[in-house]
Amino acid sequence: MSTADAPAVAGPGDPAVRAAAQLVRDLPPSPALWCDGLRKRYGRRTAVDGVSLSVGRGEVVGLLGPNGAGKTTVIKMLLGLVRPDAGEVMVLGRPGSDPAARAGVGYLPELFRYQPWLTAAEVLELHVRLAGAHVPEDERHGCLELVGLATRAGDRVGGFSKGMQQRLGLAVALVARPELVVLDEPTSALDPLGRADVRDVVLSLRQRGVAVLLNSHLIGEVERVCDRVVVLDRGTVAASGTLAELLGRREVRLHLGSVGPDGQARLVAAGPVEREGEWFTVGLPAEDDGTTVPDLVADLVALGVRVHAVEPARISLEERLLGILRAGSGDRS
Amino acid sequence: MSARTVLTVAGLTLREASRRRVLWALAALTAALLGLSAWGFSRLAGVETDFGTLTSGQARLVASQLLNLVMFGMSLIAALGTAFLAGPTLSGEVESGISLTMLARPVRRSTVLLGKWLGLVVFGSGFVVLAGLAQCLVVQLTVGYWPPDVVGALALLAGQTTVLLTLGLLLSTVVSPMASGVVAVGLFGATWIAGVVGGIGQALGNDGVARVGTVSRILLPTDGLWRGAMHSLQDPSALAQFGVELEGFPFLSEASLTAAYLAWTVVWVAMVWGLAALAFSRRDL
Repeated sequence: MSTADAPAVAGPGDPAVRAAAQLVRDLPPSPALWCDGLRKRYGRRTAVDGVSLSVGRGEVVGLLGPNGAGKTTVIKMLLGLVRPDAGEVMVLGRPGSDPAARAGVGYLPELFRYQPWLTAAEVLELHVRLAGAHVPEDERHGCLELVGLATRAGDRVGGFSKGMQQRLGLAVALVARPELVVLDEPTSALDPLGRADVRDVVLSLRQRGVAVLLNSHLIGEVERVCDRVVVLDRGTVAASGTLAELLGRREVRLHLGSVGPDGQARLVAAGPVEREGEWFTVGLPAEDDGTTVPDLVADLVALGVRVHAVEPARISLEERLLGILRAGSGDRS
Repeated sequence: MSARTVLTVAGLTLREASRRRVLWALAALTAALLGLSAWGFSRLAGVETDFGTLTSGQARLVASQLLNLVMFGMSLIAALGTAFLAGPTLSGEVESGISLTMLARPVRRSTVLLGKWLGLVVFGSGFVVLAGLAQCLVVQLTVGYWPPDVVGALALLAGQTTVLLTLGLLLSTVVSPMASGVVAVGLFGATWIAGVVGGIGQALGNDGVARVGTVSRILLPTDGLWRGAMHSLQDPSALAQFGVELEGFPFLSEASLTAAYLAWTVVWVAMVWGLAALAFSRRDL
């Protein structure tokens, strides 16, 4: 077959090819982590039932839920460590069944153990090799420094305390320049200082545009560092959204005197009211344009109510989480 | 990338063996066995029997038999060592959680398994070859006997170790670390006994009993390889001398291995390794 017979192939300079390339470039980047309809049964017990979630590039997502909600199983399915019975996984734009998808993933498991016969520096070297990355030695050492193990680099891991092993695990998760870091209970063995370190690490990852999936019991930590939260309960997604969405309901606490029937009616008109002696808590609408509270106070004064104090109150993530979980168990009972 | 992972994991396995003192325990056991056998063999040359002093020819004959016996002890040490190393290295790492971070890297599980297997093969074979060679040198120095085919014998012993550790790997994907070692060594012993039973059956001319040995040698090729190794180690005149009276004696092998049997051993290892890889890649961690 001569070359004249071959079908014409557009060269890289062809306007159509350039337009197509531009189109591909302009596509939004695939999420760092995405799954749909994940399901897993262990014998007769359904551990995970139809979980779908996604973590955008550079986004920090918290995974919350009670013990046995299926958080760790979901994480293991996302990383190909547990085979899902059903559902799809995409990691950094590749199907989860392809090991190459995990080239840019760092993982700190809930059960963190590293070869006790290796030194800390050797563990990092091993993981860099397995990741197929090239990370110079001083950068690897920098990772140990970041987690506070710089002075123990040459010591065997077998002699490390649990907290030090967890710190090492964090270094392992960070060492191969990941685009996505999955942390499963990263502070379970750490003292308060270590927890603050982990928080700083997560915040610096977010700054560098690294996506993070964080599973933690410490709601306060999650609230401080996460852009979005997914709440799992009994193997299903009970709620998910940005912190603003989940904590959308705001409240105002008022200390009032001489509240007559008109004052009461005005308070109820503003939102759901709870009363404790002279303290009134009024729930505010999510789409508040900033006029609700001043208007309410002005009207109350006009109605002869004595206003002693006005305090904004915010529902904590913990209260919201407990509310979601209690509502869930209420539905089922 | 894949070859790099295999070599990385193989190197890691060797480093584990050397740092976990398995190597030192093996070295101590082997040194003890070598020392004892050197003492025994040196006494053999001047031994007095009811018929007078052993002639050098008789001494060589007895030495070749004793060499088989000592080599059996050597292969038993290798079997125990590798079987108890192969089991824990895989399922132990899964149980402790060490595998979690390694397998969350961009690696296939079969690649990691291949690396582990390769590391163990190098370790086990290296031990058998070094210890076996040392033993042959001891016999050469004390009695002056050098086996007819040392290279073949050591290769077959290395093959026997490989067969057993592959079985250990397969078992460790299904049962607990310790159990996999115990079962592998148990099967190794059972096949050896079945081989002896088969030999006795053959000597008595009982085909049914003789078949026990043949079948067990096909199911688990360790005993077949061991008999091949013995054949390469023993003095060729031994058979001619003892031939009929000692038929069925467990430390005398009548024939060398056939190419078909060696091919079957390779297929057996590939099959068992494939099963282990399948079981490991389907396992939830």
